[in-house]
Amino acid sequence: MSHLDALPPWAAIIVAVLMLLGALFAFVGSLGLLRLKNFYQRVHAPTLGTTLGTFFMLAASITCFSVLHGRPIFNEVLIGVFLTLTTPITLMLLVRAALYRDREEGSLDVPQPTRED
Amino acid sequence: MSHELLDVSIRAAQILLLLAMAFSLIRMVRGPRAQDRVVALDALYVNAMILLLTIGIRSGSMLYVEAGLIIALLGFASTVALSKFLMRGQVIE
Amino acid sequence: MIRRWLPHPLLSALLALIWLIFNQSVSPGTVLLGIVLGIVLGRMLDLLDPPKARLRNYPLLLRLFVRVVLDIVRSNLAVARIVLFNKRPLHSGFVAIPLELTDHYGLAVLSCIITSTPGTIWVSYDSDANILLIHVLDLVDEAGWIDSIKQRYERPLLEVFQ
Repeated sequence: MSHLDALPPWAAIIVAVLMLLGALFAFVGSLGLLRLKNFYQRVHAPTLGTTLGTFFMLAASITCFSVLHGRPIFNEVLIGVFLTLTTPITLMLLVRAALYRDREEGSLDVPQPTRED
Repeated sequence: MSHELLDVSIRAAQILLLLAMAFSLIRMVRGPRAQDRVVALDALYVNAMILLLTIGIRSGSMLYVEAGLIIALLGFASTVALSKFLMRGQVIE
Repeated sequence: MIRRWLPHPLLSALLALIWLIFNQSVSPGTVLLGIVLGIVLGRMLDLLDPPKARLRNYPLLLRLFVRVVLDIVRSNLAVARIVLFNKRPLHSGFVAIPLELTDHYGLAVLSCIITSTPGTIWVSYDSDANILLIHVLDLVDEAGWIDSIKQRYERPLLEVFQ
């Protein structure tokens, strides 16, 4: 762990806290995936990992590498931008597919289509 | 002192993320329906990407960030394809 | 002339910037390649003929962004509390919201906001009746949700995009 010793103590503490927070949110999100009762409830849980979980971990990574290299490094921002743009699309498509399948089976727990299409 | 803290928290974060991946994997195996498995796969790759970032911090290599970006890209494409399949597969039947 | 070469100046600038971030350098070669990429990809997008977006009131857009970030943090904590400590049976369900917003870009931004906030997910949008269907994880009062989405997000988006 030689390169991490080059971090000044304040940066080490910031990186440690940010990392733990990020991992914690991702963990709770996946726990929700396991614990919640039905599909429409479960689909909410992974959003924790894609929003704050990823955000804290990217912040930790940016802090760590910027301090180590002595100049601002923003490569990680692209992951964040990309994930915020794509998560809504995947979840929306998935929920629509699930709704469609439930309607096909004649489930009464889901709202019926407002018109025939 | 602060570096021991960093060392411990990197390990703790990695254990938490491995547990998160295990939970997603359990949900993927248990189902019960195809859409549950796809949501679980989606969560699995996001967790894997976050885990890769922690490995990157631990090893001090920027290359892991690029790998994370590629995982995010491919995961997005695969989830979209699977969701499309869930709709189309039913139409064809 | 500028219209021909740069039909979407903002997008071209953004693409060039992303290229520079990727390469982590501002050497002349990288900058040149970034500019070429911005111009070429901007013109390619123009071939697809996207509908024109008209943005107004940038300060309001910024305020909306800050509000959305704070809401994301707050609902992250709310969903985490539900996952970790919830004992009572969870009442979740679908909510239909009649919208006034019809602009495509405004709707796209609204969908990003609603889905990025844990606890709510955009399900479908009926463009004929202009009714939006969302799913809410912790649905205590339905009218409150409709009201808060219309007030907090739709009102500013209407001012910015329409």
